[in-house]
This record gives sequence, structure tokens and C-alpha cells, in this order.
Amino acid sequence: MSKNQPRHEWPLWEVFIRSKAGLDHKHAGSLHAADAQMAIENARDVYTRRMEGVSIWVVESKYIHASDPGEAASLYEPAQDKIYRHPTFYNLPDELKHM
Amino acid sequence: MTVHSFQEHFDRKIDDEVNIEPRDWMPDDYRKTLIRQISQHAHSEIVGMLPEGNWITRAPSLRRKAVLLAKVQDEAGHGLYLYSAAETLGISRDEMLDQLHSGKAKYSSIFNYPTLTWADMGAIGWLVDGAAIMNQVPLCRTSYGPYARAMVRICKEESFHQRQGFEIMLTLSKGTEVQKKMAQDALNRWWWPSLMMFGPPDDNSPHTAQSMRWRIKRFTNDELRQKFVDVTVEQTNILGLTVPDKDLKWNEERGHYDFGVINWDEFWNVVKGNGPCNKERLETRKKAWEDGTWVRDAALAYAEKRKARTAAQNAAA
Repeated sequence: MSKNQPRHEWPLWEVFIRSKAGLDHKHAGSLHAADAQMAIENARDVYTRRMEGVSIWVVESKYIHASDPGEAASLYEPAQDKIYRHPTFYNLPDELKHM
Repeated sequence: MTVHSFQEHFDRKIDDEVNIEPRDWMPDDYRKTLIRQISQHAHSEIVGMLPEGNWITRAPSLRRKAVLLAKVQDEAGHGLYLYSAAETLGISRDEMLDQLHSGKAKYSSIFNYPTLTWADMGAIGWLVDGAAIMNQVPLCRTSYGPYARAMVRICKEESFHQRQGFEIMLTLSKGTEVQKKMAQDALNRWWWPSLMMFGPPDDNSPHTAQSMRWRIKRFTNDELRQKFVDVTVEQTNILGLTVPDKDLKWNEERGHYDFGVINWDEFWNVVKGNGPCNKERLETRKKAWEDGTWVRDAALAYAEKRKARTAAQNAAA
């Protein structure tokens, strides 16, 4: 890199790890790396020193889109009064099996 | 939500023990104080690799060497978890490192003491990591989400650090006269600085009140320091060593150990930059950063090259 260019930081990546017994990738944290391959190797070094994971996903942080916590009330409002989505809402006789 | 101001919503989250997350509104001072605390915690982990790194090549056995290497590697990882957490608050890694290298940001003053013998590895693991654990376990419930989650991770890893340190002290204290003396000497040198790790006394700690109101801090400096003394004196008895404090005495009425006066002049002097190793630690960090510039630049240049090559291949295909 030429001396005249401004110093560039390595981009920031978010790391998701799925454990051996796990069903889904969980967010483990973030790290800086020059590219995806380095990000995966760094994630292995930083987040799986104790065999915490069998699968690593890395995504550049700028590609993560998140919901706005300020909008949470209105965003989740439709689900708030629909308790009939839960199995416990239904009153069924005790003799009923396998349901 | 429409009626409450952002401040009230924030205050209610704090009162209800709900975590504050990166995209939540937060008071400027809350953000500033967390950036300072988390980044300085991160710097402490990285600088903390140096006193122990000093003994890796001279560990007395292969097992001890592998274990010490793993501990120091963990400290690097801890620094990285904390830098990541701090970055969620809107400060960049480069900015934080600039603050460390310029002296604007501090790190835990315990790491400005030299490691003179192998027994220091035992004393550090047992006392310094022990004090850190006492401070860090409550932080697992600190109000800022990313910081709390980093602390949970760190605490899981920290307990092997303390156990390997105590095991070293145990082996030495059950060994030859020379080994016993070396262990006692290390305890003599690391005891008081470890007590200072909990920070100034409560009546001289201006940040504490606000930090506790914001649930960043859960216990005061003196509370944690007392707990550390109570726990560690019992451990010292198992080692058959002596705490270097003639005023140390069990107080039946209080249910705690009374201990001697800490030399706060020494503490402030080291914090100000006049400790035995301040200059050396900072120079080592600056050199590592500067010497590594070509590696960081080369990695970026290589990544660009690979990207261009792939794009060219796709275009030709």
C-alpha cells in the first residue's frame, strides 16, 4: 500500500457459531479481518478455543440489518393479543391422550 | 411509548434489569463512561499478556509452558471480546489503540509491576486473576448487553487461570526450601498491588455513585476488596504461606478480616505513569503495533487482489 493512502482498518465482521449439539448459529461477537477466509480463521481462534463450535458463519457487519428498538412496540403489536397461538389456550379433557 | 421520553424509557429499563443494547437510546454520559471503562478493560487484557509472556520460554516443564501459553492466548481473546463490545458504542479499534498508545487511555496498574521469578506466575494467576474474577462476576449482570455477554465468556475462561496459578503456588510451597521462599517472596510482592486492583476507597471514588445508579457497577470497590481478602486469606493458609500484613486479623464482630492500610501514594504514582514497568509496557505495545503495520496493509492488499482476480474470472466465464 502506498504511503500516501490513508490507513485502512480491516473491515468488521459479525461471527455466528453453531455448537456440536446446537441447532442454530448463535451470535458470538465481532472481529476485524481483511477478508472472509481470514475472518473464519480468526473466528476459530477467538471463539472456538474450547471446541465451542462445529460451524462458523461470518458476515460483514455492514450487511446486517436490524430492527429499530424504538419501533418495537408497534412492530410487535399484532402478536400481543393472540394468545390462541399457544397450545395452553385450549381447554381439553384430561382423558384425551397423544395431543 | 409515545408519552414517555427516551430518558424515562432508559431509566425504566435500568430499574427493571433489562439490558441496554447497541441501538437503544442512551444518555451521552452513559455511552462515554462505558466506552472508557470497556476500552480500558480491553487494554488491560492485552497489556496483561506481557508480564506472563515474559516467562513462557522459561517455564520449568513442557506442561507448564503449554498451560501458560494457553492462558496468555486467552488474555488476547478477552481483549478482543472487550474491544468488540466497545466498538458497538461507536468508537473504532484504531481510535482506542491511539488512546492507549498516546497515554490518554489507562489500563489496570497491576500490569506495571515486573515478573521477577517463576513463582510470580503462580502469584499472578492466583491473586491477580482472583481479584479480576471477583470484579468480573458481578459484571456479568452489568446493564450494557454486549459488555455483560463478553463478561460471561471471560468468566468461564478465567477460572482455569486462577486454578493454574494456585497449583503453581501449591507445588512450590510443598517443595524445597528455595521453592518455598520463592513462593513467599512472590506473595510478598503481589499482595498489596492485588488489593489495589479494586480501585481507590469508596470515599475517594467519584465515578462509583453514578456507575451504580446506571447498574454498570454492582458492588463498591471496598465491598469487593473486603470479599477478596476474606476469601484469599483462607487460601493462603492452605499454602502454608504468610500474608505480608501485620495488621491482618479476623474480626468476629464484623464477620470479616481487618487488614492494614493500603499505600495509596504508591497506587496513584503507578497510575500516573511512574510504576516500575509503565514505560516498558507502553513501548512494547507501540512497537508491536508499528512493526505489524506492514502485515495489516499486506493482508488488505492481498484481499483486494483476490477480489479483483475473482471478479475477472467471473467476467471471463
